[in-house]
Amino acid sequence: MSEKLTPDTDLTKPVIPAARQGKKSSRVIEHFVAPLEDTPLAAIDNVDETAAPLSLWAEAWRNLRKQPLFLISALLIVVVLVVAFFPQWFASVDPTSCTLDNSAEGARAGHPMGFTLQGCDVYSRMIYGTRASLMVGVFTTIGVLIIGGIMGALAGFYGGWIDAILARLGDIFFALPLILGAIVMMQLPAFRDNRSVWTVVLVLVIFGWPQIARITRGAVIENRNADFVTAAKALGLSRFSALVRHVVPNSLAPIIVVASISLGTFIVAEATLSFLGIGLPDTIMSWGNDIANAQPQVRNNPAVLLWPAVALSITVLSFIMLGDALRDALDPKARKR
Amino acid sequence: MSNHEKGKSVSSSAPRNDDAPLLEIRDLAITFDTQNGPVNAVRNAHLTILPGETVAIVGESGSGKSTTALAAIGLLPSNGRVSGGRIIFDGEDITNASAKRIIELRGNSIGMVPQDPMSNLNPVWKIGFQVKETLKANGLDGANSKERVAEVLSEAGLPDAAARAKQYPHEFSGGMRQRALIAIGLACRPRLLIADEPTSALDVTVQRQILDHLDRMTTELGTAVLLITHDLGLAAERAEKLVVMYKGQVVESGPALEILRNPQHPYTQRLVNSAPSLASRRLQSQKAKDALAAAVEDLDDPADAAYTGEAPMRAGHTASSIPAAAAQPVKAARPAKDGERKGAQAGETILEIKNLTKVFKLRGALGKTTDFKAVDDVSISVPRGTTMAIVGESGSGKSTVAQMALSLLAPTEGSILFDGVEVNTLKGKALFDFRRRVQPIFQDPYGSLDPMFNIYRTIEEPLKIHKIGNAKSREKKVRELLDQVSMPASTMHRFPNELSGGQRQRIAIARALALNPDVIICDEAVSALDVLVQAQVLNLLNELQEDLGLTYLFITHDLAVVRQIADHVTVMQSGRVVEASSTDDVFSNPKQVYTQELLNAIPGAALLV
Amino acid sequence: MVMFTLRRFLQLIPVFFGATLLVYFLVFATPGDPIAALSGGKPMAPAVEAALRAQYNLDQPFWVQYGLYLKNLVTLNLGQTFSGQAVSDVIGRAYPVTARLAVMALAFEAIFGVFFGVIAGLRKGKLFDSTVLVASLVVIAVPVFVLGFVLQLVVGVQLGWAKPTVSGAAPLNELVLPALVLGLVSLAYVIRLTRASVSENMSADYVRTATAKGLSRRRVVVVHILRNSLIPVVTFLGADLGSLMGGAIVTEGIFNVPGIGNLLYKAIQNGETPTVVAVVGILVIVFVVANLVVDLLYAWLDPRIRYV
Repeated sequence: MSEKLTPDTDLTKPVIPAARQGKKSSRVIEHFVAPLEDTPLAAIDNVDETAAPLSLWAEAWRNLRKQPLFLISALLIVVVLVVAFFPQWFASVDPTSCTLDNSAEGARAGHPMGFTLQGCDVYSRMIYGTRASLMVGVFTTIGVLIIGGIMGALAGFYGGWIDAILARLGDIFFALPLILGAIVMMQLPAFRDNRSVWTVVLVLVIFGWPQIARITRGAVIENRNADFVTAAKALGLSRFSALVRHVVPNSLAPIIVVASISLGTFIVAEATLSFLGIGLPDTIMSWGNDIANAQPQVRNNPAVLLWPAVALSITVLSFIMLGDALRDALDPKARKR
Repeated sequence: MSNHEKGKSVSSSAPRNDDAPLLEIRDLAITFDTQNGPVNAVRNAHLTILPGETVAIVGESGSGKSTTALAAIGLLPSNGRVSGGRIIFDGEDITNASAKRIIELRGNSIGMVPQDPMSNLNPVWKIGFQVKETLKANGLDGANSKERVAEVLSEAGLPDAAARAKQYPHEFSGGMRQRALIAIGLACRPRLLIADEPTSALDVTVQRQILDHLDRMTTELGTAVLLITHDLGLAAERAEKLVVMYKGQVVESGPALEILRNPQHPYTQRLVNSAPSLASRRLQSQKAKDALAAAVEDLDDPADAAYTGEAPMRAGHTASSIPAAAAQPVKAARPAKDGERKGAQAGETILEIKNLTKVFKLRGALGKTTDFKAVDDVSISVPRGTTMAIVGESGSGKSTVAQMALSLLAPTEGSILFDGVEVNTLKGKALFDFRRRVQPIFQDPYGSLDPMFNIYRTIEEPLKIHKIGNAKSREKKVRELLDQVSMPASTMHRFPNELSGGQRQRIAIARALALNPDVIICDEAVSALDVLVQAQVLNLLNELQEDLGLTYLFITHDLAVVRQIADHVTVMQSGRVVEASSTDDVFSNPKQVYTQELLNAIPGAALLV
Repeated sequence: MVMFTLRRFLQLIPVFFGATLLVYFLVFATPGDPIAALSGGKPMAPAVEAALRAQYNLDQPFWVQYGLYLKNLVTLNLGQTFSGQAVSDVIGRAYPVTARLAVMALAFEAIFGVFFGVIAGLRKGKLFDSTVLVASLVVIAVPVFVLGFVLQLVVGVQLGWAKPTVSGAAPLNELVLPALVLGLVSLAYVIRLTRASVSENMSADYVRTATAKGLSRRRVVVVHILRNSLIPVVTFLGADLGSLMGGAIVTEGIFNVPGIGNLLYKAIQNGETPTVVAVVGILVIVFVVANLVVDLLYAWLDPRIRYV
């Protein structure tokens, strides 16, 4: 550690250095040349015309097809959708014809999951409950995508006062978590007396949009100053057209991912509200209601609670897994190849 | 038989050198496991570094130069592995050394200076802490470690080191961060320093200062340096020995100056021919060369053709006369609609920037704003059919000028006259028509094309926006444009992510040409490209200028590129014009200190033969 | 640092006003008679109705009502429950229980979440990682109340390791199981976030540089990967305090924990809007303050944002 080097003083005042002549070594250095046949010269920057052209979505699809996570979740979602649309294909027993004779009976032929306290068929109710749960999830997601997407895109793209106002508004809604806000609203008589799929959707949209808005805003900001947007403006495209044609399509990936995961959480939120007695009315068959109704007998007859819970969990899980798979496939870092 | 033995030795009458090699890489092969199976990134690589020697590996991106060097300190990415050959450091085979042994070697035997100073310091720790832990990890933190940290930092040329050590990386400029990284790399006095593109992210003048300093330090300490660079000029200037890599293989190695002057392998020859720092004259289009009836070898590679240049350099200010002559017939062939404005003679001023000033309001603490003059009283006039280059380092305001010239940003003061019409006040239809005539090409080839649009839609977009032709005629036009930029017509069904950087840049040029503009504003249009590809694109731009009578406003930080493409140069520094003249004038007789500094900073400038 | 704290504090003020206004607006501006809203739609004695009108200043214009509501909120003058107890007293009794529960859940999330997340991130693609990832997905997918019932049934009733319900005093040991349930979903998010953050930072340039300096792997992980990876996790934990409060309604209902959530649960069941509004108002304050703390913690972890 004896060396002391003099610190550079070039920093403060610019000095015009003398031209450098390169270093010459006193040692003898062998000059090696590889045989040409080992490294044939390729033409500079030729287009590879062998591979078939692939858009980003096509490429994402190609990646997705190979992902077990995607295949499993997609299959499950298809099954859930079919069940929601055509429950009669899967259950022959009427879920509403309940007789107390069957109250809390165990499983038997034709009734693989037994009966509820009211003597309803658990399996049939599970199948018929799919539609309401799924409707809440799907329509809430569509709602938050429309409101949150538009708000977020405008805030991110135009910035300025629109952004400032929307950011504050988002913060305010964030201070009231989804479930808490939904509880306050749903327990109001105006909502409590008119409970239906649509009131639940409305309430969840009101408290759910800020998240999508935030994600959209971030994605739009990332793209709004991209060179291709500037280039489009220099071509004479209006700002709004540039937003619609170039910025939004490029911002979709993260929004789709979050929307898929949110869909799952909205289904859970509906079940939670129903569980608290302020979600869907008892007249609508839903997993949340069935779980809530099974709650008092959970110690004696856990199966009644378990089956709708399993159905709910699998549905939610498949949407979350889909989101995860999409995230991997649409990852912008993986795009540049 | 190894690749090395198969190769021929050019200078062979060598008396044996008795120095034992410090680092020896023999027949190294590196394989990456990817989704599409194993990929051989490096094959048969070999190189030898003697104590105290500086060896440079030169190659384009993807040539395997960094991978080879990183393998020497066991820093390959997790999916990479050494699949063949040996790495010998100071007589010890470290190819398969234990993790413990490699950790022992790192820092005090082999140091590293990484490429990007912005991302290589941990943002959450103070600079001093990051230097100190280096000393500590290598058992060098004595009682006076604090003083030692300051000492190491000041050795690397960081002024006021003791105070600076208490700051965080985000409080440092790029150049200062790189000095801190050099301090870290050399803190434990390694015998070998791996410098991976240590300055390519910095401004040229800073780059030169830092390289000079690194040079001096390693010479004084007797440290051997393995320098990795894409810049042949820089490599030749800083290293005794060059190793040229291409597609994962070493194609040529030997004494730096000899390789530069007498390259043997065709790839090296290509590199030497294309290296912009070594070009001594403006590119000439094929037409101009033919017109001058010089005996030009007809090479298949247009990039090469430009440099063989038997054709005499354009005498003095031919800049305006030659394109004028060449452009005439092309203009006649253009759409009649453009006729009246093309009646204008070449040589007249098409773009006139007068006393342009742009002030940005910077938001400070508590809502206070401070004015920042990004562009300060800049005047530039660009004659039709010529190339005007605006040169400057980061923060010089050159890109701001470009944005204002494109009417994408409103100037604070001053005026921009395009074809005699004030651009600032254009609105509606007039602005829309102006957009047809002035088009940009941007720096980042990955950002300038919409990844969701295929190439056809990308090039068609301007035609659609301006409602030109029908679907059929537009497709014909797209094909023509692709042909003009030497891309196969089949490209139009592809997407940007399937193309290389150079190809994307050519598509961006095609899009800019779609509306038959008069002026193209190139904002660092070739800076992100590899040397060979850069040469190819520059050449294309030059040919197009000749054929279409285009006027270029060429924004760049790279004087070497200016030399190749520009007729006139405006040098900017901190928002002001420092010097403006013809390219020949500026290069042969720079009047301002700053211009001289910039010229001197071109790596390899002095090695021109 | 003082300036930063002050500015962040000032920024929270509009959020506080906005959020309380939102709650107030929801309750008093939705269609229907506010008295009906306050009474849960049940008929009530005229005396009670008059008291409610006075408490909420229903004869005043909306803005005055809101102003007085805020004043009451800040001075903890929160009115009475239907059974005649002061709401502030009820909250005062329930609050410490929920605070204990939430802090336990948060600690549980932070400790186990970061621990599992870091290990999974460091061993990305290995068996441990996959197991943790799948487990976290399942936990996220299963609703809290189902998890609660299952754990109550298995751990509390069948195995008898813990009391299935919490007694009045809510001692710490009885709160372990509810805290676990409360924190479980967020734990899964913390694991996923930490894992993603760690695995991203592992390939950061500065980590490679740190390795090149000759640091041991342990030091690289602890000093260079961990601190940087914790930044997003801290943000999440702060925001999570809010959803813990939401989750507490369900968890406390299941385990019969005498906390804020249970209070809210019962108030909802009985349609006692005044109590609901008061409790939610208090929760908003807690959430806003928690966010301030997170901002400060964030600034401490990441020096870059201190002066921005």
